[in-house]
Amino acid sequence: MTAPNHRWRQFKDLLMRVVTFACAILVVAPLILIFYHIVKQGFSSLNFAFFTQLPKPLGEKGGGMANAIVGTFVLLAEAAVVGVPVGVLGGVFLSEYGSSKLNWWVRFAADVLNGVPSITWGVVVYGLMVVPMHGASALAGGVVLGLMMIPLVMRTTEEVLQLVPGGYREAALALGIAKWKTIVQIVIRTALKGIVTGVLLALARVAGETAPLLFTTGNLGWAHKLTEPIAAIPLQIYVYAISPYDDWHRQAWAGAFILLLLVLAINVGVRFFTRDRFQSKT
Amino acid sequence: MALAVFVLVALIGYELARGSQPALHKFGWHFLFSSDWDPGSDNYGALPFIFGTLVSSLIALVIAVPISVATAVYLTELAPLWVRQPLIMFIELLAAIPSVILGFWGLFVMVPWLHDHLFPGLRSMLGFLPLFRGPDYGPCMLAAGIILAIMIVPIITSVSREILRSVPGLQREAAYALGATRWEVTRIAVLSYAKKGIFGAVILGLGRALGETMAVTMVIGNSPQFVASLFQPGSTLASWIANQFTEAIGDLFYSSLFELGLVLLGVTVLVNIFAQLLLKTFAGPSVKPQH
Amino acid sequence: MPETATSPLNVPPESKAPGAPALAVRNLSVFFGKNVAVKKVSLDIAARAVTAIIGPSGCGKSTFLRAINRMHELNPEARMEGEIKLFGDDIYSRNVEPVVVRRRVGMVFQKSNPFPTMSIVDNVTVGLRLNGVGNRKVLAERTEQSLRMAALWDEVKDRLHAPAISLSGGQQQRLCIARALAVEPEVLLMDEPASALDPLATSKIEDLIVHLKKEYTIVIVTHNMQQAARASDFTAFFYLGELVEYGPTTKIFTSPSQKRTEDYVTGRFG
Repeated sequence: MTAPNHRWRQFKDLLMRVVTFACAILVVAPLILIFYHIVKQGFSSLNFAFFTQLPKPLGEKGGGMANAIVGTFVLLAEAAVVGVPVGVLGGVFLSEYGSSKLNWWVRFAADVLNGVPSITWGVVVYGLMVVPMHGASALAGGVVLGLMMIPLVMRTTEEVLQLVPGGYREAALALGIAKWKTIVQIVIRTALKGIVTGVLLALARVAGETAPLLFTTGNLGWAHKLTEPIAAIPLQIYVYAISPYDDWHRQAWAGAFILLLLVLAINVGVRFFTRDRFQSKT
Repeated sequence: MALAVFVLVALIGYELARGSQPALHKFGWHFLFSSDWDPGSDNYGALPFIFGTLVSSLIALVIAVPISVATAVYLTELAPLWVRQPLIMFIELLAAIPSVILGFWGLFVMVPWLHDHLFPGLRSMLGFLPLFRGPDYGPCMLAAGIILAIMIVPIITSVSREILRSVPGLQREAAYALGATRWEVTRIAVLSYAKKGIFGAVILGLGRALGETMAVTMVIGNSPQFVASLFQPGSTLASWIANQFTEAIGDLFYSSLFELGLVLLGVTVLVNIFAQLLLKTFAGPSVKPQH
Repeated sequence: MPETATSPLNVPPESKAPGAPALAVRNLSVFFGKNVAVKKVSLDIAARAVTAIIGPSGCGKSTFLRAINRMHELNPEARMEGEIKLFGDDIYSRNVEPVVVRRRVGMVFQKSNPFPTMSIVDNVTVGLRLNGVGNRKVLAERTEQSLRMAALWDEVKDRLHAPAISLSGGQQQRLCIARALAVEPEVLLMDEPASALDPLATSKIEDLIVHLKKEYTIVIVTHNMQQAARASDFTAFFYLGELVEYGPTTKIFTSPSQKRTEDYVTGRFG
């Protein structure tokens, strides 16, 4: 009843399962390790001062990252102001208006933009804003993150709008409701959760961006105006990490812990929040 | 608003080209083939960084491609159902980790471990190759390649997974009905069907690796040289810009860094276009998963 | 629960065609999660004959067919009870792998599904190669033999290495039949093999089925009444997962004993 090579085939089947499983473990291992080290080192380096104090000058113990924590949130707010309207409206256009040919090119350009290295964005905004404004500023930092968000938000918005059943649109249009009203009141409202999800994920993504901030934000104390330089957690981590001082390294661990927490919290939260969308039939 | 993407594309290209003008004028094509980087004599060339970018990305691909494709296969074809969802979530989280955190972890945890454990082993096993010879001081080309591999694995895995999922169930059934084992079904019906799409996923990963900045900057050692051994420190286009920009003095220096940015942009955009074309022609207009 | 092969009530003695039955199905039930797709079906399927399974959509006929080569197990929710014996071997016995069952019981699907990356000849030989047949001469012989049996040889003999997807829809389906035949299965299952084809291609497939029964046991699911009447020797009528009536095709179509069968074959519902 069995072919001569039956056992060999069964063995190969098992072997490939084991090999691919091992690869899956290998993929997950860095995540676990990074998590383990950052939590262990970061948590022990955290203290109250980290959240409330400014960095101390070299040689002095203690200090914190209060400025960078606030800075990151300021930058994210600016980025949202720049990136969300353009991104969401662009996504609406892609999904609801436009010719298929034009949209193909828009999508294509957005996907290519998503692949533009983050350092390149930094260089561009340096030339565009930092040089004319004679110095790094919170504004430039926010703009660069906002620009990076545009293609991300555009694509996710389009995607969730596409999930809204066409029947809803037709039903509303058949009632004699104007197209733009249909889109705002029916389509966007139905997809709102998904759009918010997309925006949050894009924010989580740019929250950790460092390269574009290197030349755009400066990295100093408190910013009182948007035209002044501002600090950000990821940048602070980088500066501290490549310094030779143990005390700064500790600060970097703590900063990495907070940043990781922030980014993963958004990611996990969003997934939990929209579970049904992600539970796909595999 | 959607047209903003075209404006952005144009803006990036224009701004980089404008910033590069002095260097373009001074060095012309020679910039691409010169290996000098000497602020003293104001002579700049991109070759060592192009080289470093290619080498580190190549290492990353060599490590990441088999692992990613195997994981994607495991996830769509072989894994028990209850394993899939958690594993997918882990991979998505890995993709979400900021590059600076990976680099930081790489610098303080991975590089010392490599230095103490992996590199001595490699040296004794593969030392007959020049690639694995010579002393290592920690940060180096190989470390950069490994960290890049960690970073592109989630992308290649999840895009490949979408590709594999888009293979029609009928293809699998045809193979099952012939009495194929699960692996044979994967091989004859799934992988051969998805080849082109998976290639697209790999190219997409390559595009990401070429432009990755922070993590690489932190573990590559930042030395403007051609490496003969993977244990030597090197530089990539992106890491060199990140490393030198704040220290740049003089217009030509700046301009040369802009031109490095322009080269990087050109390479990554070309690679990304190639990847998008592969992916788009593979499965019609889009390869998004069917929710 | 070893049950003797003596006919349960719903297996008419006429179905005990020449020789032992190819398939003896006893009390077969198939569940998907909480839903029952096939309920306590028992029947014998005659060797070297064509048995048609008819019934309205959703009646469990495809599930029944897939249970015969354990294809339903691809659905992780699926579960079965009962027994199927293939020439006396229990195909659900613990030490029998589905892989082995599927090699002995070939299948042709509703939509033709040749492997698009392979050539015509590779499609035909893939099953053999999986089973470790590497001898080129054997492979070439079997290719010609299978393609001839599938009535495709004359159309493709000059371009065996062309991609399989260069064939027309009807040719692709015959290629799939050739692919299934190449491993010399004992039973060939066909799940509405002509439903996606035009009338000309359909009649070719039907001729082929009649021709193939000289050597093979064929079970065909169809919702095309004429097709069942033209091509089959025995017909089983399924309704809501149950076997309503089973017997020689002429009897089912001319003097069915059940009212529901009559209503269905005369087109009053379904």
